[in-house]
Amino acid sequence: MSDTRPAWRSRLTGWDTIIAVLTVLVLIIASFSVENFGTSRNFTFMVLDLLPIILIALPMTMIIVTGEIDLSVASTLGLTSSMMGWLWNQGLSIETIIPLCVVIGAICGVVNGFLITGLGLPSLAVTIGTLALYRGLAFVVLGDGAVADFPWNYTGWVTGTIGDGAVPNVLILIVALAVIFGIVQHATPFGRSLYAIGANAQAAHFSGIRVARTKFWLYVVSGAVAGLVGVLWTLRYSSARADNGAGLELAVVAAVLLGGVSIFGGKGSLPGVLAGVVLLTALQNALRLEDVSGQALNIVTGSLLVLSVLLPNITTAVRGNWHRRKLRQAAAR
Amino acid sequence: MTVTSNRSAPTDAPLGNPAQKRAGNLLKTRELGIVLALAILVAYTAIDNPRFLSGQSIRDNLLNTAILAVMATGQAVVVITRNIDLSVGSVLGLSAFTVATMMSNNQDLPMIVAILAGLAVGAVAGLLNGVLVRYGKVPALVVTLGTLYIYRGITYSWAGGSQVNADELPRHFLTFANDNLLGIPWLVLIALIVVGAGSLMMRNYRVGRELYAMGSSPAAAELAGIKVARNLLGAFVLSGALAGLAGVLYAARFGTVDAAAGNGYELNVVAAVVVGGVAVFGGSGTVWGAALGALLLTVIGSALAVLDINQFWQQAIVGALIILAICADRLVAVRIGRSLRKRDAHV
Repeated sequence: MSDTRPAWRSRLTGWDTIIAVLTVLVLIIASFSVENFGTSRNFTFMVLDLLPIILIALPMTMIIVTGEIDLSVASTLGLTSSMMGWLWNQGLSIETIIPLCVVIGAICGVVNGFLITGLGLPSLAVTIGTLALYRGLAFVVLGDGAVADFPWNYTGWVTGTIGDGAVPNVLILIVALAVIFGIVQHATPFGRSLYAIGANAQAAHFSGIRVARTKFWLYVVSGAVAGLVGVLWTLRYSSARADNGAGLELAVVAAVLLGGVSIFGGKGSLPGVLAGVVLLTALQNALRLEDVSGQALNIVTGSLLVLSVLLPNITTAVRGNWHRRKLRQAAAR
Repeated sequence: MTVTSNRSAPTDAPLGNPAQKRAGNLLKTRELGIVLALAILVAYTAIDNPRFLSGQSIRDNLLNTAILAVMATGQAVVVITRNIDLSVGSVLGLSAFTVATMMSNNQDLPMIVAILAGLAVGAVAGLLNGVLVRYGKVPALVVTLGTLYIYRGITYSWAGGSQVNADELPRHFLTFANDNLLGIPWLVLIALIVVGAGSLMMRNYRVGRELYAMGSSPAAAELAGIKVARNLLGAFVLSGALAGLAGVLYAARFGTVDAAAGNGYELNVVAAVVVGGVAVFGGSGTVWGAALGALLLTVIGSALAVLDINQFWQQAIVGALIILAICADRLVAVRIGRSLRKRDAHV
């Protein structure tokens, strides 16, 4: 983006603004033209569909801003779901199991973090490895069976709404975590240091930022959140299975990039990502209500993902050309 | 990562005679580790159950490796240029469904037409990836993650819930997977040709060395006058075309093709390439190493079955192997870096 334009203009034409406007447009058009889209029941379903992607996207945004990536999140989710079923079968109480599962997720993150920051291995390769490893362990723990008899008051809470209204209970969780992550990322020195690391890790190191330690903790947080989502996923479908959430990492990364976060790090904002997640989910929900097959939606998801990076590149190139031509004209005069 | 394949990198102070030097270098090649792991695994399994070395068992292993090895060849070339192609599983699905539909509608088409059609579908898909990466300046990870969805979505919206069954396909198409030439199944023969040609290209031909240079340092490659755009498009087209070929082989081997064919294969392919010693930061590794990686992953799967170990361990072992392989690469890179520094100090 060119720096010569006034701040308000670059903000108005920034990708996260475009995506936010697009999201609002989709929501408005869909609620008028798609039958049942605007109903309170559908709103509840949409929030429940949103839940896993949006929660995992919160730490993922921070990780991608630092220029790294975590592809193992969905497998961490699967492993905690498996462990949850196994521990429940061992007769532990659900109040013990839930925090334990979050800890298991965090441990998965510790392993990632150690391999990446301790041994200095590339995060893409490491997390592709742990993607296979954690999913494999999930199958080792539970096989291809399922555990389904979780207590009703917990599964009911996840799928239930506040009072008799349309606001799902889990929305409180989403809002609370989004606010916490938003504040940490955009209003604390720690958050700013993430951008510094993503822009230039070496420069960040020499400015006194603990690059390795920061990245390590991001992976731990990412694992813990994936563990929490594993618990919520299991309770929502009241079914602990090893293949829960398979392939979710692609949806999360797609949503984060769609929200305007640069895969090279150093750029992106959490509000943009939230808009990206809502856009993806709303679009899928609306198209599903219109009886477009779920898998055909992949074309939309994939195209949006590519366009989210392609369009800003094209506009920058066009603007650069235009700027150069103007300079040439001025010089000729 | 400035480490090129160990064979071409000056790894150590010169040894006495050339033969000794060659032996020394051979011991240090990354691929030797995979061969050793493979040998130990096969020996251990064969001692437990001698039938593991029977003709039928070896044949099954090779047939199962063939499709993965073909895709790993293309992936290795792309990864060596410091890119990645995550769309290969979806390209396989698209090509398999296209070819299966075409063959069921035209029973008399010869096999070669099916293969060419698969290659063409894959090449077009790969070309789109390459154009977006090079001219759209979108990172390969993002492009191919997007086209992973798009190509799969196209197959689904075309096929819906339908599938092409074995009884709709011409006989000669189905027997192709099991037919032999000189005792070697066609499937294995094709994989051998692809891996051999790929290795030769990357090792002995100018374009291959240019691809390594691009992976070692994209900026330097551009400044050195290498036709980066042409080579990069070529790498993506190759990876796509080989995934398309894999689709034909998949359809011929399994007979039944639906829209989900090859779903999630990209993970196995990337795993084979990484285990085979191709570093994700480009510039190092070999095609035949990647093929060995594919063989190792396949043999692990069948060895688990023979050893009566819970099949569910397979994926966990693959994951552990990937991590082990990256650690080994890192270790080699550190050691080469150190020995290069030492050599410079002597000068």
